[in-house]
Amino acid sequence: MSDVLLDPPAIALCLRRIATEIIERGNVRALVDGTARQPPILVAVRRGGEALAKRIGALAVEAGSPALPFGVVDITLYRDDAATALANARIGPSHIPISVDGRRVVLVDDVLHTGRTIRAAVDAVLDYGRPSVIELAVLVDRGGRELPIQADYVGRTVDVPRGSRVEVMVKRTGPRQEDEEPWALIIPPAGEPNREAAPPAEEPR
Amino acid sequence: MEPMVDSQLPNWALRSLISANDLDATSARRILDTAETFFEVSRRPIRKVPALRGKTLLNVFFEASTRTRTSFELAGKRLSMDVVNLSGSSSSTTKGETLLDTIKTLEAMQPDLVVIRHAASGAAHYVAKRCRAGVINAGDGTHEHPTQALLDAFTIRRHKRDLAGLKVAICGDILHSRVARSNALLLGKLGARVHFAGPRTLMPLAADQLGAVVHDRIEPALEGADVVMMLRIQRERLSGVFLPTLREYSRTFGLNEKRLALAKRDAIVLHPGPMNRGVEISPEVADGPQSVILDQVEAGVAVRMAVLWLLAGGDSPAVG
Repeated sequence: MSDVLLDPPAIALCLRRIATEIIERGNVRALVDGTARQPPILVAVRRGGEALAKRIGALAVEAGSPALPFGVVDITLYRDDAATALANARIGPSHIPISVDGRRVVLVDDVLHTGRTIRAAVDAVLDYGRPSVIELAVLVDRGGRELPIQADYVGRTVDVPRGSRVEVMVKRTGPRQEDEEPWALIIPPAGEPNREAAPPAEEPR
Repeated sequence: MEPMVDSQLPNWALRSLISANDLDATSARRILDTAETFFEVSRRPIRKVPALRGKTLLNVFFEASTRTRTSFELAGKRLSMDVVNLSGSSSSTTKGETLLDTIKTLEAMQPDLVVIRHAASGAAHYVAKRCRAGVINAGDGTHEHPTQALLDAFTIRRHKRDLAGLKVAICGDILHSRVARSNALLLGKLGARVHFAGPRTLMPLAADQLGAVVHDRIEPALEGADVVMMLRIQRERLSGVFLPTLREYSRTFGLNEKRLALAKRDAIVLHPGPMNRGVEISPEVADGPQSVILDQVEAGVAVRMAVLWLLAGGDSPAVG
């Protein structure tokens, strides 16, 4: 029932472009501000952003950047509906390995929709210190914003009607970490909201 | 990048925490897992999350307490709750008000959660039955103190990874100890083997019904133990009736380095505090490398944050 929005090769291209843009913007900043070049801290929004942020980090290093510090924030405790709706969510630990004070932070998430998650993630990062700038990278911007929030780096922009869901899922093709293939899917409202709506078994299209 | 459905847990139904018996192994582990997250929060530059903003916590302590009250207060504040403390000496009970009237008055202030400590066993249960707010027992007489048992379990788990199969020796005044009771129940559920050691005058009649092996000397309890938990000799409750003298108690039941050598080499030493140095525990042990007494205090805030978070969000449906 689900439509393929991005297949694994397309996602790989998107992430490579995002990684390059992150480095380039850093270079421009360093040039304009006259400051030393320093790799940004990648902070993934748990759990959708984790795998993507790791890929972006690896691609940035391939493109010549020094290693990017990698952190993760769980936004459960920062959601605007936290106290009423979320006691049953599994809260994972947040972790940012170094001080964010004065640093450039790039938040990474899979899908940007209402903007509420990112609002919460920004608050979470600010509890770790005062970054010089926070940017946002997402694989898919599906529209439907409810807060004045926008992404700095976008893999693919697409208008998805309210009610449909965009999900990034991982299909494991082998035992190793590298054998994971990410797929971005559009799941229409009629589709069963469960994991049966998994990536297609055969070659798509 | 897995779908969100995967991160949903079954609904949390418990609204009050009166006894360790309110928990099964699954819900106890869920509290401990949640506490790991809050442990990290307490080590951030800004030790506060907005999770329970706008919720009110009443700390009602009819019995003196510093660490438990402070721990609950910090836990509530780090979750952005409004926390109000009421202590026994300043409360209306000294002016003749009954417990029920006090609680009804407090309830009218619309708290979301009430933490209560009282000298009467069963007080928390009594209040929970008559109060719309969730009630957390912070010690009722000689009955129970479930969050202490949870923080002990958390501390043990952090040092020993898993509680299953561990030998835990709980030594001292078992009879008057709500800590011992809650711990025996909770640690038992989590798979630990609990041993009690203490003078026969300070051992409850049905101690074995708590699932513990009972000894009237400390040595057999210590032998091969992974965890040693010493209890405070509550001087105010003893006064020569249960013990001939404190010195004799210290000689026969006090934990010193020589006795601790009976336990496993990597055994850890816990004490719920406050300690009587030189009575139930020697200063060398209390300050020694095996002591995790200050870890317990840090764990207390994280575990209480987890309990507040789960009880306050309690019966709401999971988000789709």
